[in-house]
Amino acid sequence: MTLDATDRRILKATAGGLPLTPHPFEEVGRWLFLPENEVIARMAAMQEDGVIRRVALAPNHYALGLAANGMSVWDLDDSVAKTVGEKVGALPFVSHCYLRPRALPDWPYNLFAMLHGQTRDEVEAKRAEVAALLGDACRSHDILYSTRILKKTGMRLAGEG
Amino acid sequence: MRAALPPEALDATDRLLINRLQDGLPLTHAPFAPVAQEAGISEAEVVDRITHMREIGAITRFGPFLDAEAMGGAFCLCAMAVPADRFESVMTSVNAMPEVAHNYERQHKLNMWFVLACEKPDQIAEAAARIEGETGLKVLLFPKRHEFFIGFRVEA
Repeated sequence: MTLDATDRRILKATAGGLPLTPHPFEEVGRWLFLPENEVIARMAAMQEDGVIRRVALAPNHYALGLAANGMSVWDLDDSVAKTVGEKVGALPFVSHCYLRPRALPDWPYNLFAMLHGQTRDEVEAKRAEVAALLGDACRSHDILYSTRILKKTGMRLAGEG
Repeated sequence: MRAALPPEALDATDRLLINRLQDGLPLTHAPFAPVAQEAGISEAEVVDRITHMREIGAITRFGPFLDAEAMGGAFCLCAMAVPADRFESVMTSVNAMPEVAHNYERQHKLNMWFVLACEKPDQIAEAAARIEGETGLKVLLFPKRHEFFIGFRVEA
């Protein structure tokens, strides 16, 4: 989808968040001198095309008690990576699951699955569940716990307007 | 890293709002009306509660989530092995770049993991090269090859 200048103004104006009022799209329209129905129609078109995934709230996992957040990484045989990766993604405690290239020799892992829990013991139990599911398809694995969020702003559009 | 909030910081209504509004807000004149009705409160109170939850850090963002790929751009996960005594200064350089959407410290030799979000795919390599130039450290690129469908969300 190609965004025009008005679409970009809407995305830039809302990148830091929607205004917190009962009628947020009317308020965005006021900022940009656009009628509310145009703001809504343009945002709906962008959502239809997937440029906007959703307009939603992002909870803070840490603040809500999910203090242990680990990026589990797995070295899977390429021939089975897609089929077994599908099963890992379907586990109820996996929040993101991707295949990515290896960076040999330092980094042999090609499957990335985010695991969350209230404690590291809980996350380790989930990791063991994934390991059991993968069996011989996995040559080695590791987990990288996050110790700090350094930045979390989401995507920003460059340039003016 | 933010400490967990005490359990009493959020009541059942706050938790309902978090659970419902993670899935998305309708694009209408009164987008909070459905969740207000379900919670049995006014739309103004929904707004007040979201404002409060943002202030206490229970919410990190509230607004549109953009997909760089759908607008012809790209996302890329990147990692660096940053010496401990340089960590804060490297973090400052990396975070200052608008292309860096998220950045996490992780326990590993590769201890800094960030996501580049760019409007044009070739800007990923440019941004990574700029970070390498500024820091003198190698940036490993882990672009997504395949995304598996997931159904997870945080239950508040």
